Amino acid sequence: MSPATLFGLLAAALVGLGLYGLIVRPEPLRRILAFNLVGAGVFIVFGVVARRGAVDGLGADPVPQAVVITGLVVAFCATALAVTLLVRLAAKEEGGEVE
Amino acid sequence: MSVLLDFILLLLALALAFRVATVQDTLGAVIAFVGLGIVLALVWVRLDAIDVALTEAAVGSGITGLLLVRAASRLPSSQARAPAPALKLAAGLLSALLAGALAAVVLLLPEPAPTLALEAARHLPQTGLGNPVTAVLVAYRALDTLLETVVLLLALVGVWSLGPDRAWGGHPEPLAPMPAAPPLSFLGRVLPPFGILLGVHLAWTGADNPGGAFQGGAVIAAMLLLLLMAGHARMPALSGQRLRVLVILGPAVFMLIGLVGVLATGSFLGFPESIAKPLILFVEAALILSIAVALGLLVAGPATRAAQ
Repeated sequence: MSPATLFGLLAAALVGLGLYGLIVRPEPLRRILAFNLVGAGVFIVFGVVARRGAVDGLGADPVPQAVVITGLVVAFCATALAVTLLVRLAAKEEGGEVE
Repeated sequence: MSVLLDFILLLLALALAFRVATVQDTLGAVIAFVGLGIVLALVWVRLDAIDVALTEAAVGSGITGLLLVRAASRLPSSQARAPAPALKLAAGLLSALLAGALAAVVLLLPEPAPTLALEAARHLPQTGLGNPVTAVLVAYRALDTLLETVVLLLALVGVWSLGPDRAWGGHPEPLAPMPAAPPLSFLGRVLPPFGILLGVHLAWTGADNPGGAFQGGAVIAAMLLLLLMAGHARMPALSGQRLRVLVILGPAVFMLIGLVGVLATGSFLGFPESIAKPLILFVEAALILSIAVALGLLVAGPATRAAQ
């Protein structure tokens, strides 16, 4: 089986596992993790499409690859924002601070 | 041989992803997530995407990992009950259905595969670059990358605004308890010179080889965070003028050069062919500084103490 097909199936499994975690784990940080799993699976699909688009001299189509690089950085931004919100909410509940 | 390697990577990734989704202990799940990022970086290598592999290892696993480990240790431990078996079964069925549908889509992708690789390669000489992924990022689809750096800024503004009002512009919470453990302190002295050199190299060589401003910036951000964790640098005040200039330098230079493009070629972000490469390198040099500082500050979080 070619790496593209094999890892395409891995991508499908990652999205499935992410959705499962998103439903069964109630803690917000775990939901952020599970959401990132879904994201990782989607990125790998882009990688598979890029690999299938290989031509003479280029191992893969660079356009989907560049999109994934952009996506990884944006996913990090969203994760950082969500995690910061979570930590702030926890601090607020703990200390009962009002601002 | 390589088929065997692919199967090992597949199994490792599946086992780690399963742990991330199901394990009881939150810190355990975060650590599995960091491990998964490294395995996925190897998967990207097998998919002929070295640029993405570097980004995945540096941003997806490294910097995100630090952010999540820190959050897991600061959040109160969860009191959540184990999910009911019926919910598990229903979620499992739904997830299997989704994964199955996606697997079918992957298996039924059109043949021959549509590709822009030829187009990307054909115009490569006009940009003066040798790495087609960098060409897509900073030349063909420069607007995407410009907006991406603006997203970094917006996320940073969002994170900063989540701090208490009285601490606005002050110092974020320290990354690690002080004084740092001796091995960490030692690592914080030895690694950063090499790491910063590697980050600059990745950004420089990204013009012709795998690498680029995002990968290099992430490595430099990791080194800055290591210095903070090891106690060799103090958390800066977020109201610092120099800090803020560094953060907006990249997008600002990118936009200015884009406007030069309007005058020279008639389109925003159009690079005149004769000086395309110097312009691109100039943009990348400004970007790497801003990306490194912005990624580091996103991990550091909002100010919690007023500026001294």
